[in-house]
Formats: sequence, C-alpha cells, structure tokens
Amino acid sequence: MATTQISQGIRPQKTYHDELEIVREELDKCMKCGNCMAVCPVYGADKVETAVTRSKIAVAEAVLDGELELDDPQVYEMLFNCLVCKSCMTNCPTKVNFDRIMLALRAALVRKNGLPWLKRMIFSTLKHPRLFDAGLRIGAAMQSLVFRGDKSGKAISPRSPFALVGGAIGFDAERQMPGLTVTPLRERVPAVVKVNRTAAKMKVAFFTGDSLNYFYPDAGMDLIEVLTANDIEVHIPKEQSCCGIPVLVHGDIDTARALARNNLDTFDQTGCEYLITGCGSCGGAWQHDYTEIMAADPVYGPKAEYWAQRTYDISTFLTRVIALRPPKGRVERVVTYHDSCHLKKTMQVFAEPREILKGIPGITFKEMTAPDACCGSGGSYVLSHYQTASTIGRKKAEDIKQTKADTVAVGCPACMMQILDTVHRCGGEQEIVHYISLLAESYRTEKTVDSIAK
Amino acid sequence: MLEKTIIAQLEAVAGKENVLTGKVDLVAYSYDATADLPRQVPDVIVLPTSSEMVQQIVNLARTNKIAIYPRGAGTNLSGGTVPVKKGIVLSFQKMNRILDVDAANLTAVVQPGVVIAALNSAVAPHGLIYPPDPGTVATATMGGSAAENSGGLRGLKYGVTKNYIMGMEVVLASGEKVRFGGKTVKNVTAYDFSNLFVGSEGTLGIITELTAKLIPAPKFRRTLMGVFKTLVDAGNAVAGIIKAQVIPATLEIMDRMTIRTVEDFAHIGLPTDAEALLLIEVDGMSEDVVRAEAEAVMQVVTTNHGDLKLATTDQERDQLWTARRNALPALASLNNTVVLEDATVPRSRITDMLIACEAIGKKYNLTMGTFGHAGDGNLHPTILCDKNNQDEMSRMHKAVDEIFQVALSFGGTLSGEHGIGVAKMKYLGDELGLSGLNLMRSIKESLDPEYVLNPGKMVPLREV
Repeated sequence: MATTQISQGIRPQKTYHDELEIVREELDKCMKCGNCMAVCPVYGADKVETAVTRSKIAVAEAVLDGELELDDPQVYEMLFNCLVCKSCMTNCPTKVNFDRIMLALRAALVRKNGLPWLKRMIFSTLKHPRLFDAGLRIGAAMQSLVFRGDKSGKAISPRSPFALVGGAIGFDAERQMPGLTVTPLRERVPAVVKVNRTAAKMKVAFFTGDSLNYFYPDAGMDLIEVLTANDIEVHIPKEQSCCGIPVLVHGDIDTARALARNNLDTFDQTGCEYLITGCGSCGGAWQHDYTEIMAADPVYGPKAEYWAQRTYDISTFLTRVIALRPPKGRVERVVTYHDSCHLKKTMQVFAEPREILKGIPGITFKEMTAPDACCGSGGSYVLSHYQTASTIGRKKAEDIKQTKADTVAVGCPACMMQILDTVHRCGGEQEIVHYISLLAESYRTEKTVDSIAK
Repeated sequence: MLEKTIIAQLEAVAGKENVLTGKVDLVAYSYDATADLPRQVPDVIVLPTSSEMVQQIVNLARTNKIAIYPRGAGTNLSGGTVPVKKGIVLSFQKMNRILDVDAANLTAVVQPGVVIAALNSAVAPHGLIYPPDPGTVATATMGGSAAENSGGLRGLKYGVTKNYIMGMEVVLASGEKVRFGGKTVKNVTAYDFSNLFVGSEGTLGIITELTAKLIPAPKFRRTLMGVFKTLVDAGNAVAGIIKAQVIPATLEIMDRMTIRTVEDFAHIGLPTDAEALLLIEVDGMSEDVVRAEAEAVMQVVTTNHGDLKLATTDQERDQLWTARRNALPALASLNNTVVLEDATVPRSRITDMLIACEAIGKKYNLTMGTFGHAGDGNLHPTILCDKNNQDEMSRMHKAVDEIFQVALSFGGTLSGEHGIGVAKMKYLGDELGLSGLNLMRSIKESLDPEYVLNPGKMVPLREV
C-alpha cells in the first residue's frame, strides 16, 4: 500500500490512482456494519442502500472481481452520487479510507473511458491558468446578461429566461450565488504584501485557491489584512493554479498531478516556511492529497511531503503557530459556525475558528445542531445532483435558523456558496461570511475607534 | 430473473421510483453486516410507503411463488436479511415516520423504518427514553430490531426489545393485515402476538407499524471500572454485585486479548497485564440510591482484588467507555474477517465460558478476543481471520461449533441477541431437539405454508 510504504521510506511504483487493485486493502477493511449510514448525507436524503458507503465498497469489490463493469452506466451514476465529504470515515470503526476507494474508482473509470467531453474541456483550461482566467473574466463581464444582482449587491440570481432553462439543475430564479468578480484577488494585490510601519515578524505564502480568487476576493483580502495586522508579510505568487481537488474527484489524475507540480514549484520559489489556506479543500490538497497523488514521484513526492508539514488553515496558523493579536473592535453579531467537511474531516480544523470567533468582542456565538453535517455542496455535486444536494442543504438551513443567528461563519468558499443558496431558499436572511472576515472586521473597527479617540 | 410482467405489476403497486432492478441496486442489497456469508443478489428491491402497498406486494409474491425478504437497515449479524432464495427485498427505509409520541401513556407509535436513535431523539424532550440499545442504534430500524429482538448494553437492567413492544400491525403471508396490542399496560386479549412476532426474524409476518413502550430517562448515574488479575476474580465480582442486590444498567467484561488489542489500537492507558476488566454503570432516579449502589459495587470490586477507577465527570466517564467502544473496532483491525458470536450462558457460568473460549481459541490456533455483557451472560467471542486462508477459515468454523456446544453444555443458548438467521440455523436442533424443530415448523407453516416470507432463515427449509 502506498502510504505504508512511504512511512517505511520506500517509494511505491504506482499509487491507487494508477491501479485499482491497490485499494483492495481498503475494501477488505470494511465489515459492512453500516455505521456509515448514520452519517452519510446522501443516504440521509436518498434513503436507498446504493447511496451509502458500504454499498459502494460492495460494488467496488464486484468490479474488482469482474462481476460488474466499471463503465456500466449504473456503476458510473453510483460512483458520482457521493459528495466525498468523508463523513463516513469519521464514523468508521475499522478506519476504511473511503476517499482512496472513491478516487481510485473514478481514476480507473477515466483510465478506461477517458473524460466526458464537457469535463475534458473545462479541466484542460485549468492546466492553462491564463486561459482559465480569461474564461472566468469573460464570464464575469457577461454575467449581468444572465444573472441579476440582489439589493445588497453581494449575490446574484439567474434572470428569466435563463432561469427556466437552468431550473432542472437549480439555476432557477431563486438561486443565489456569489457574483464572479471582474478583478480577481490575485490581481488586486502585489505578489508580496509588506507589513506597514514595523518590520515583519515572519513571512508566509498564501495559497488563494480559485474560489477565493474569483468568487470571494473580499474574503481573500480580509485574510491578507488579518495577517498583516499581525505583522506578517504575505506572499501571493501569481503563478499558482487551482489546487486540483475539483479534477481529482472527477478522476482526472493527470490534470491533478500537473496542477500539483505547478503549485509545488511555485511555492518552493517563495522561500516561505508556512503555507496558509482559507479553504478546507485547498488546505486538504496540500496537507493530504498531494502526498498521496505524488507518492510514487521521486521529485515531487518529497516536495509534497515538505509542504504537507507546513500547510495551515489560517485559523490554525493564527491560534497554534503564532498567538494572534487579540481583536478589540466590537462586532455586534449573533454568529453560528458551519464545519466544512474538508476543513474538519481532512484538516482536523474545528476548534480554532470557534476560538477566534469567541474571542471577538461583541459576537454572541451560538452552536447549531450538527455543525459538522455536510451542507450538500460537494463542489460540483450540487450541480450534478441538485435535488439531493438541496434536501441535504435544507436540513443545514433549518439547523441554522434554529440558532437565531444573523451571521453564518464558514471556512470554505464552496460551502459559503451552497449555504447562501439554501438559506435564501428557506427564507433565511442570514449573512454568510468567511470567519476570517469577522476577525478582519473587528481589527478594522478597532482602527476606526482608535482614530476617533485620537 | 423475474418475468418482466411481475416487475411491471410491482411498479404499478409501488410506483416506478420505488422498484429497483439495476445491477448495482441488486449488489447493494445482497449482504448485511454478517461476516463469512455468501452474498446473494435479489431479483428486485421494492421500497413500500404504506402497509396497503405491502399487502399487495405479498399477494403478488404468494400468487407467483416469489420469496420476500423484509429489510430494515441491514445491520443484523446473523444473515437475517440476505435474500438467499433471490426474489423480492422489501426495504422499509422509506416508511420512517414517527406517528405518535404519547407522554401521558409512555408510548410511541412508529413505522418500521424509523431508526432507533431517531425515536430516542424525538422522545428526549419529554424526558423519556426507548431503552433497547444494540450497538447499531444510530442506524438500525425499529422494524428490524423488533424482528431480530435486539438486545444491547442495557439489557441486564432494562431488558431487550421484546420488553418494549406493546402492539403491532403485521401483514401476514395471506395478505391479511392484523393489528394487536396497543397503549394499555395490561392486555391479555387473545394470544400474546407481540411476543410471537418480535424475534420472528421476518419469517411469520411483515411488521408495518409498532407501538413502543417508553420509560422516564434515569437522572443520575455512576460509572466505574474494575481491573482484575484473574478471570475468577472478575467472575466473582459479577456474581458479588448481583448478590449485593445491585442491578447495574451496564456490566460489561473484556478479556486479556481484548484489553491488549484495545490498548494497542487506542492507547488509552489500559493495564495490559490484566486478565479481565469490568465496566460498570449504575443509574436511577435518586442520587442517594445511585450513590449507595456505586459504593456497594466498589466494595465488591475491591473485595475481589480488583483495581478501581471511578469516573467523576462526564469526560472521565467517556474515557472509561472508550475502552468498551473500541473493543470491536480494535479486534476488527487485526484481520479482514470478523466473526462475532453471541453465545450466552447463565450469569453464574460467565467465568467458565470465558476460560472455555480462551481454550478453544488456543486449540484451533486462532486470534480470538472475548468481550460482552457479563451481567446477562451474553458474551461476544470474536474470531479474527483471513478470508483468503482456507485452512484458517475451516479452523474458525470448528471453533465456532465448539463454542456453541460448550455454551449449551453450560445451560446456555445459541444466541443472546443476534438471532438465528442463516448463520446459526444448523445448530437449532442441538438446543431445541426434534420436537422443538417440529414446533417451529408447525408455527411457520400455519402462518406461511408456502415459505414466502424470509425463506431459508431460522426454520430450515424442508428437503424437497
């Protein structure tokens, strides 16, 4: 097994992304006890055995034993009816690494049949950041034709007649999304953001990821502002690309590896000792997935392992690596916090954002029931399985409503998008923010108060 | 394969979206949580949404001589839901509504697909609990656990599922629907049908509604652990606790192999030189009584040379429970096949049974750990083996045979809580004798003469 070998210092020839048989060891761990049923969001919504993890393992066994064909349309459908939220893994008594099984199956499927044309088209642009960037800018410029803005200017909804066409996958007139931004985050800031006044205590590299770059650049700016407010110089290399998770979960291992190589090289050049993320999927890629997909690579394997040890979610960095400057500005909000799956289940980050939020003067923190239940986003899952994703999302919106919070703090842009949509659909008025924005808000308020006092 | 016309009829009855025939669907319903059983794919899965629908499906199946396999969450450990004769899997995952919670009568009425934990969440605001707590409470359904008569950790004080089912609606193999029992505490009208259908493993009728008994949630509890140098001391402590007239809610035991494996797995600071460990929890409505009971238990543990650990906070309680919670996962991590038995002996023979299990493990050169519910004599000898090693698998089968023989020789029983299903059917005659088997057959055949309901389970099929 790839990982066992790494821990013994031996590099394997191939990883489970290259050969399906390698995951058999994971399959063998499964007792079919069904504990995954208690936490699987897709099973919770669909109520059929094919939705839940243990059946996917049974199907994988049948595929390996030659009883089912990997490219059977039903096998395909089942493989993609999974959020890869890893909830099942937290409740698995025998610690089956189901993410490996799912990724191995999807990669095997792509090896066998290639990528469907639409995915091939989208994913190939990711390998060419300039092309991808241009595409999203054209999208940003055109979006006012298809979408209309809401009153606050923070969200957009499809206009009819597009809403009629898009209704089937949830792009109806009720759909709310963050607008694509014309000026992405990485163009708003220089490659190195220096600290004002004093000398920098430390320098860190910020991996923005595409969601913060294109959809939530303000949250990205807030993250940078928080770091500089703590006297930390921030490097934001322009050449960084997508983390690769969106393509990896579709089995496009070649693109995922190409993106990883580019990112590893790019961050090697920053000379920074810490890599900061503000998205659970991106952080999880650096902490976990890069070492797995590069396990057989003699050059990039060690690089991936180097960065895996040095990657921190911004909340962990602020509370565990440095001691953040205590915020003094009041933020009068009632806040609840949603645990993003990849943040909690991959990066084990859940205490830190709460510590930060509870430390902000003025914030009343209200825990929701099941804060770590998946919101139903799953990246592109929400597009391909809108009905199931909505059923899952409604539960989240209901739990949020029960807290009577006016603000939902989240640590992952994909969840922010999904929660924005579901909360709005359920008639909620809550504001959905990245938790780091609340800390930035507090720092800003204290400056204002300071200047008034002077 | 079933004829297309049958599938079409099922679709007409249940709706197209509730009839599954895809290859992947069939694989997904070909197993349950039982180890070492061959899988069998059904012909079709139907997800009924009402008891009337169940009646129509039963009529269709009987007329066409098709087997029906009722299924809750498929978490049982005796092969109770594996469709060994193909046919129809009737999955109750969509009949999952709680119909009524009646705090005045201490009852709840539920559809069979309600998950046990969901019922407990629904009654918690009333200060009530539904006590049966098999290890699978978070996933197992009320219908499935009633059909299997599930036990659990609180069995000693609170009993098992059969003590909490007050009434039912059942669809018979004839297609008739019958209701019996209800919200009254006393009810001696007619035969005690609830106790006939609870534990019938879906072989006599299909449960479509249940009236469950609730009790007030205990307000106070004390949790402690006793660590023993010899099995005999641990066994004497179990007997001593009962003799001191304390009935703990939980009285769990773990043997040396289990203790060591758990420690290797979870690193929680268990003494690996210990021969046995008891986890004891007393609870009740009065703080004084609970304290007095805990003190009595502590004295018994100390008298029997046990080292005592007492939990004073919820966090400490959780730490003590971690050992027990990790017993099965830790053992399971040792190999790819986990054979979990539930041979049960009278409480007074617990020590003898533990010693016998250890000897059997040695005799057949198997990795085996034993843990379980010492208070009610229900042990879980757990054998870890490699399914790809034929020799080891055959030694495991011999060991299991011997475990049952020993349990019966101690005046025990084949199954304390997992049921007979497919896995233990061949031993049934050893416990019941020929007359017992004949009684089983006559009950089965008077209700389901054509063996439509869960055939191949519990009651051996007649040789044709």
